[in-house]
Amino acid sequence: MSEQLIIQLIVSGLGMGFIFALIAIGLTLIYGVMNVVNFAHGEFLMLGMYASYLAYATWGADPLVTLPFVAAAMFLFGLMVYYLLIRKVLTGSMQSQIFATFGLMVFLQALAQFFMGADYFAVQNSYLSGVITLGGVILPVPQVAALVGSSLATLVLYGLVFRTGVGRQLRAASQDAQAASTLGINASGMYALAWGIGSACVGVAASLLSNFYYVFPRVGAIFVLLAYVAVALGGFGSIHGALVAGLLIGLLQVASGFFISSELKFVPVYMLYLIVVLLRPRGLFGKM
Amino acid sequence: MPSRVTSPAGLAALLLLLAVLIALPLLIGERPFELRMATVILLFAIMGQGWNVLGGYAGQVSIGHGLYFGLGAYTAVLLAVRLDLSPWIGLLAGTLFPAFCAVLVGIPCFRLRGHYFVIATLVVAESVFQIFTVWEWVGSAVGIEMPVKSEGWANFQFHRDKTPYYYIALAMLVLVTAGKWWLHRSRLGFILRAIRDEEEAVRSLGFSPQFYKSVAMAISGGILGAAGVFHAQYVLFVDPFSVLGLHISVLVALFAIMGGVGTLAGPILGAAILVPMSEYSRVYLSGSGRNVDLLIYGALIMLIAVYRPDGLMGLWQRVNPFRRQSVPVRKG
Repeated sequence: MSEQLIIQLIVSGLGMGFIFALIAIGLTLIYGVMNVVNFAHGEFLMLGMYASYLAYATWGADPLVTLPFVAAAMFLFGLMVYYLLIRKVLTGSMQSQIFATFGLMVFLQALAQFFMGADYFAVQNSYLSGVITLGGVILPVPQVAALVGSSLATLVLYGLVFRTGVGRQLRAASQDAQAASTLGINASGMYALAWGIGSACVGVAASLLSNFYYVFPRVGAIFVLLAYVAVALGGFGSIHGALVAGLLIGLLQVASGFFISSELKFVPVYMLYLIVVLLRPRGLFGKM
Repeated sequence: MPSRVTSPAGLAALLLLLAVLIALPLLIGERPFELRMATVILLFAIMGQGWNVLGGYAGQVSIGHGLYFGLGAYTAVLLAVRLDLSPWIGLLAGTLFPAFCAVLVGIPCFRLRGHYFVIATLVVAESVFQIFTVWEWVGSAVGIEMPVKSEGWANFQFHRDKTPYYYIALAMLVLVTAGKWWLHRSRLGFILRAIRDEEEAVRSLGFSPQFYKSVAMAISGGILGAAGVFHAQYVLFVDPFSVLGLHISVLVALFAIMGGVGTLAGPILGAAILVPMSEYSRVYLSGSGRNVDLLIYGALIMLIAVYRPDGLMGLWQRVNPFRRQSVPVRKG
């Protein structure tokens, strides 16, 4: 077991971990603000990946170049979903909210298959392909880029949520929507914003992911399942929790894929979730 | 909820429905597609009823119930392949073993509330799914075939005419629904619904929520297991994807919730409407392989969520001329 190998595993684990974290932060933000679990979140990722791929296939625009545009488009898409669908079930029961996003998930998956077929597409020879060698350690560039890009995006997001006025309003709405609205915060606006930001996070993750992962109609399920676990592991509604849990999951699944078997790489992740919530029933950072 | 089923009109409607269901194969006997679809509806209705005991009555929403369906199917096939036992023993074992496993899963999971519980059921089911895909003894990802035997009731296999499968499924559904009807009115049923509505209050009255949830889990897991055995006997093959896949857990919960949570007829109604919807749109609209069926399916689910949030049972209660009182919708 050489040092190089350990470093490679850590880089790869953190790269995936930050991607899980970005997806999970989007989910937890939406959940925290309005107590809705977005079952279509994985399909948002899939849309972002198709957007990234199509821009590359049609105009030759590199995923790195289109990243801000994909993120912006996903932000608008999140707003659209909120205003056209979610706002209509906001006062309904929890089941109607589950159905709304579940129906959206089925719909978007079918939509992708309708236009793109079930084939797998990949971006090849982008700026971020190949490997770099650092002091004898060989690292695939896309994963290093995923690590750098998504940690930067997380930093920006943290700045936005914890350092700006809008972020403060968002957190206020998340802690107590009613109290926030008595203080003059536009709760519906905050809901929309949470959907926008949550979707934009997924857009960033999708762009980075499209450098080294195939896109196909069901790609979202793979990532979002772990993102759900990350959200729960971190504690529903906790942004710190989603980040820490996402990184933990990324590292653990890479390690267990290497040491146990690639088919079983998620089982230790699931076991970790069970052990953590048995000790802390509201996850690592959840409100007690 | 008053016992609407026992009103004379309700009882008459029920008997009429049963008569139609019994006569159905005579009407569609020569049409294998419809017969198969009717059998699948019954199967999903059984599973929905099972899910509803835990999800609807005890209020513990699980999206890992495919696990017990899969365990039932695997138990039946493994007993037949390894020990050459009668499939009826397989049915018994395939009911009891998943029920037992469900209780085991419940011991840690019932300490969790809300979404934490939902995710816990999901990860347990997914873990078992992944382990089964690499476990050679249970056939790994390839799956195992049920040994084909001469057809007949003793072997629970029917090759030329599939009608007996339909009747077995119907009998199972009637049995399960009768059990649910009893549960609905029993002390156990009241305690479970009380747990759903206010767990702390139940605890303060001296009932152990953990115990009653475990009972609901066992019943629920057992029913799913029996449905799994039926599935194994019907298709004579199991593999991890077809019986343990996440889509089964999701569909079962979806049908039961869409029909109407915690109602007697909800899961039946959910399956009776949603299965044909998906089957027919698949047959008529997916010839191009473009998945138009799922496009419509997804759109319909969204429409129902927006316009009929209390499920299809809510729609029925609105048009039902015999209704006595409307059932309040629980806001989550």
